[in-house]
Amino acid sequence: MNLMKATTAGIAFCAAGAVSAAELEVTHWWTSGGEAAAVAEFAKALDATGHTWVDGAIAGSGGTARPIIISRIIGGDPMHATQLNHGRQAEELIEAGLLLDITAVAEAGGWKDIINPSSLLDSCTVDGKIYCAPVNIHSWQWIWLSHKAYEDAGVPVPSNWDEYVASAGALEAAGKIPLAMGQQAWQSSGAFGVINVAVGGVELWNKINVQKDAEAAGGPEMAKVFEAAAAARAMAANSNVQDWNQATNLVITGQAGGQIMGDWAQGEFQVAEQVAGEDYTCLPGLGVNEVISTGGDAFYFPKQDDADIEAAQKELAALLVSPEVQVSFNLKKGSLPVRGDIDLSSANDCMKKGLEILAAGNILLSGDQVLSADTSGQIEDLMVEFWNDASYSAADAQAKYAEIIGDAD
Amino acid sequence: MAVTDGTGTESAKTSARRPNRLFKNLTAKTASIPMIFTALVVFIGCTGWTIYHSFTKSRLLPAPDKWVGLDQYERLWSTRRWLVSIENLAIYGICSLILSLVIGFTLAALLDRKIRGEGIFRTIFLYPFALSFIVTGLVWQWVLNPQFGIQSVVQRWGWESFTFDPLNNADIVIYGILIAGIWQGSGFIMVIMLAGLRGIDEDIWKATRVEGIPTWKTYIVVIIPMMRPVFVTALVLIAAGIIKVYDLVVAQTSGGPGIASEVPAKYVIEKMFQSQNLGQGFAASTMMLVSVLVVLIPWAYLEFGGKRRD
Repeated sequence: MNLMKATTAGIAFCAAGAVSAAELEVTHWWTSGGEAAAVAEFAKALDATGHTWVDGAIAGSGGTARPIIISRIIGGDPMHATQLNHGRQAEELIEAGLLLDITAVAEAGGWKDIINPSSLLDSCTVDGKIYCAPVNIHSWQWIWLSHKAYEDAGVPVPSNWDEYVASAGALEAAGKIPLAMGQQAWQSSGAFGVINVAVGGVELWNKINVQKDAEAAGGPEMAKVFEAAAAARAMAANSNVQDWNQATNLVITGQAGGQIMGDWAQGEFQVAEQVAGEDYTCLPGLGVNEVISTGGDAFYFPKQDDADIEAAQKELAALLVSPEVQVSFNLKKGSLPVRGDIDLSSANDCMKKGLEILAAGNILLSGDQVLSADTSGQIEDLMVEFWNDASYSAADAQAKYAEIIGDAD
Repeated sequence: MAVTDGTGTESAKTSARRPNRLFKNLTAKTASIPMIFTALVVFIGCTGWTIYHSFTKSRLLPAPDKWVGLDQYERLWSTRRWLVSIENLAIYGICSLILSLVIGFTLAALLDRKIRGEGIFRTIFLYPFALSFIVTGLVWQWVLNPQFGIQSVVQRWGWESFTFDPLNNADIVIYGILIAGIWQGSGFIMVIMLAGLRGIDEDIWKATRVEGIPTWKTYIVVIIPMMRPVFVTALVLIAAGIIKVYDLVVAQTSGGPGIASEVPAKYVIEKMFQSQNLGQGFAASTMMLVSVLVVLIPWAYLEFGGKRRD
């Protein structure tokens, strides 16, 4: 009955409609080992309320799953709940009135006070109404360094980006790839974003991505960022894997010095039974600017005609944010919880670093929250070309980048 | 999609042109009403709808009232990725057209020499066509993989310096895709060609033999001109396959390295569904429709022009 306590908000809601069991089809793209285990926590919690969780996992990354999810909602065959990265991806679905307004659930659960950072809830809010339940925080701003690779090369493990760049020669001499990079567009674009924040600072990042200042994007400060990215490109020249976890594996096995990747990479180290601080080091903000972006996953609830289902949807929304579910889910997922009032003492070193930064408020918005899918797509196209074509000069890429930011809406 | 739109338009015209008088074969016409309706509404109607929306600023949802004129097209033609896609399509298209026809015809001609075990060879050559492009792409991704594929096999034979790694080299990646495309498609062209060759009257062969014309010359001077309709059919089938090449690229390289193996169909899909920019996707698919028409109009001219002369 612990669980029922956890869902006080949910009870308040379904008390009126009595408990009529509903089957809720939930789509998401969490299919890797650790991710599936995390989703199972949600399913267990929902099943305990008497409703049934019908799992609609879509294999492939968000890029594959999002179009399927969105076409189903637009096409009149909506699922009962779905994962999306909150932010601007669902903007037009909300405007078209296709998603359920869960403001009442949020008010009953006091989300305004407990959700930290509050930008997560802002991203769910359109015209004062709340349309999604945030479930976790994932941040991009991490570099993962292999202790084995540095031992083999005979140099100490770097503690920031500059030391890391300086160590590239020694790594190469020892036959290592200094920087492991998967070649997919989202990875190129993500790694660039991380370098942008670390080298250029938060202020510059906000000016460009939030205020869409094309002048700053083409300015001298940003030129430094592009040069750093070009240096990173040279370091990644011999890395010809595709998927991010293959690149992470290069770091785990000590074939590569490091990888710039979000905190989900941690799951791979865990599976390989490596210990943070002993086998690998994680540096938030590349050890330069210790900030993390606070994007993440959220659940949206497409509108249904059935009142029973609607009640169950609202119950699920409350459940996802409840403390017990937040703890069990995020420990399995390796992500940070969306509420600051729960105890995560069993988290590992890297997660704790993230929690500290979060508590100190050194946060920025995520790309999904500030840029439209269209602009993100254009930047991805540019970055994947830039990272893979050594003849593409930093200045040319910057000019193109400034143009995209100038056109962004 | 643009491809079916185009052919649909053509078949609609064909069915409308053939009857001589309006009320002749009334039953047949009544029976074809659903198809005519489908052609008009689904193919022509949707094509028109798509073209109209390519002039709007539609994002995730169609927005017929946000007219922006040629903006989407201007952006399209100033996007490097689109230009690379077009260039790749041109290289892939020209090579695939020539190689498919040459390989298909050569194989068919060889099989037509009444060899033993023709059935077995025909099956072997046609087999790849039974595989989807996704499977073909994955198979060739492995074959061309430097660690497991051709390169490592040849190196193990002793030729240590041998390198053959097209999928990771931006300059030649499109040829790596071409190899897989040809492997998959040429067997089908062979079968069509073989059917054409079987349609050639035995007496023609006897006559050329009496005249003492060498076999290769007979093929080039006599047989190929007689097979014109077969060639046109093969040409249209190959061309349609070229325009819509998508899954092969997704399975083999997903457009990489960088954007070196992007193709137009992939641009359309990604702009429409991943970037949530319908207008841009529609503009790109309209350009694809135009390129299909460029192929289809000469074909229609050849086909119908030919018939009228008869």
